[in-house]
Amino acid sequence: MEFISYLISGVTLGSVYAIIALGYTMVYGIAKMLNFAHGDVIMVGGYVCYIALNSLGLPALVAVLVAMAACTLLGILIEGLAYKPLRQAASLAVLITAIGVSYFLQNAAQLIWGANPKSFSSVVHFELPEKITELGFSSEAIATILLCVIIMVALTLFVAHSKTGKAMRACSEDKGAAQLMGINVNRTISTTFAIGSALAAIAGVLLCSTYPVLQPTTGSMPGIKAFTAAVFGGIGSIPGAFIGGLLLGIIESLSKAYISSSLANTIVFAVLILVLLIKPTGLLGKPIREKV
Amino acid sequence: MKKIIAILLAVCLMAALVACGETTTTTETTEATEATETTETAEATETAEPAGEAGGTFKLGFIGPLTGGAAIYGTAAMNGAQIAVDEINAEGGAIQFEFNPQDDAHVAETSVNAYNTLKDWGVQAIVGTVTTSPCIAVSAEAYSDRVFMLTPSASSTDVIADKDNMFQVCFTDPNQGIASADYMAENFADKAIAVIYKNDDAYSQGIRDTFVAEADAKGLSVVYEGTFTEDTQTDFSVQVAAAQSAGAELVFLPIYYTPASVILKQANDIGYAPVFFGVDGMDGILSVEGFDTSLAEGVMLLTPFAADAADERTQSFVAKYQEAYGEIPNQFAADGYDAVYIICEALQEAGCTADMSAADICEALIAVMPTISVDGLTGKGMTWAASGEVAKAPMAVVIKNGEYVLP
Repeated sequence: MEFISYLISGVTLGSVYAIIALGYTMVYGIAKMLNFAHGDVIMVGGYVCYIALNSLGLPALVAVLVAMAACTLLGILIEGLAYKPLRQAASLAVLITAIGVSYFLQNAAQLIWGANPKSFSSVVHFELPEKITELGFSSEAIATILLCVIIMVALTLFVAHSKTGKAMRACSEDKGAAQLMGINVNRTISTTFAIGSALAAIAGVLLCSTYPVLQPTTGSMPGIKAFTAAVFGGIGSIPGAFIGGLLLGIIESLSKAYISSSLANTIVFAVLILVLLIKPTGLLGKPIREKV
Repeated sequence: MKKIIAILLAVCLMAALVACGETTTTTETTEATEATETTETAEATETAEPAGEAGGTFKLGFIGPLTGGAAIYGTAAMNGAQIAVDEINAEGGAIQFEFNPQDDAHVAETSVNAYNTLKDWGVQAIVGTVTTSPCIAVSAEAYSDRVFMLTPSASSTDVIADKDNMFQVCFTDPNQGIASADYMAENFADKAIAVIYKNDDAYSQGIRDTFVAEADAKGLSVVYEGTFTEDTQTDFSVQVAAAQSAGAELVFLPIYYTPASVILKQANDIGYAPVFFGVDGMDGILSVEGFDTSLAEGVMLLTPFAADAADERTQSFVAKYQEAYGEIPNQFAADGYDAVYIICEALQEAGCTADMSAADICEALIAVMPTISVDGLTGKGMTWAASGEVAKAPMAVVIKNGEYVLP
């Protein structure tokens, strides 16, 4: 019984990591860049939703939509101002810029909303049948898992079948060739960022609903963990991010419960190193063939 | 374009180099002045006894977290101190204060910078710092510079250890741990106890260590101990579930209020309702923005100050505080208020004048602190050991309808 309750808190935590990791992996898979500011876009999404709920008094669903709209805009803005000018630059330069954007967002949030932590009241309001709550599932956890699966399926279908999705895959394989075929590479990458940031807003709202402390650094640790989850599952792979996130959450919870609550993070990252040693592309990653 | 950037970079580099040069020179000068000051001090202490009447306008500094995760403590202590300064100045006695609060965001490095700012301003005594880890850093500096410091609320023994210039208004962590265990032994002797603490924080670890030792001595049963760190303080579902399955009926939380608010919520989510027992770090939980205060119903905490106390001085302080800042003052506000009055009393007793140097004032105050007794909001007849530790009685309160009341 104890084991099940630890497992369930692991699944809850893992589903939050998974939903953040989806955004990471989507941007990496298509634009081939690590957007380290993703965690902080999540934090901004949380704040916008908090303001919409508490100061403007909007209903929960509208507040989430407002947060999504704000984050989409923010994502396009960041991409246009910070990443687009570096399209031809070395990937290291883009990586460092992303870290800079991350710090910029954190400090801007501290200026605008102050550093005092705010307590976020959950946006998920539905009653679960008693059998499920008895196990220890909260309605937030169920909502997160369901949304995560829905988003995963929708993203996979979108990338595989829609016209924009095809353009995305083409850009991911070869930007130059895609441009020659008449694909607007810049617009495709901007669209990718817009979708990634809208996902970040949903992740932010769910993260804060489950773990209710909202402060400017709220997104940074979950962001890093979700990045780990994406690498764990095979970065660039959409189902991989989901599986990686869930596994990471479960490993973290079980090591907290049975090994040591202070060593939990160490164990999580040790497992990551182990996976990368055995299977360098992650659990579901495509093997990279070296061209000769 | 590239040329322009290159030129800009070169200019930046030069500016940086020049700035470095300047800093070095300033440091050198400060060191030089310090050296002369120390020699002067030595002479002064040899020849002149502080004579007669105390008086003048003293430069009183304050350091505490006004932003960041611990901002509620720093802001409250600053507001409390400000009220005391205003009262003393309005009374028009011989001692007047010029008050200068500085922010340290609960970060040790920032706190040392704040201290340096105050030193440049010519500070003569400091109320601060409010939180433990920065205070350990700043008190080491103040000890070598000979500046008198009285912390309203940094409660670790490391704050005062081997530093004769450091005194505390709050009781020390060992005292809080021991007092909590004693209180539980008296009131909850047969309850199984769980402890959840932050083991990368000197404050939390310190209270937990003495609590567990005292609980052991008093025959209390501690059935579960859970830990967390700075990086894992957003999710406690595992610790809370483990405490529940270990059968704990009382959960001792020697931690700050932000993680405590998450623990209360997650315990409520799984329908776990033990008695939660906090120490002074729990104070502030009712003022977290957006927090559902009904979750804190029935939480007990150890504090030397309750805003609903009937005595006239507390009443007048609470009224003034509410009028000025629009909220009911917590224990940290009262600690800050008391700190200013204690310094005022000590200056009076030592016969200090405002033209004395910070170092002379420091020596004079160190000499009188163990001899005075001050009645404050946080305790009647507070006295100090030469080590800097305060002697006063702690008291437990319980949260009912969003307010502290005596159990």
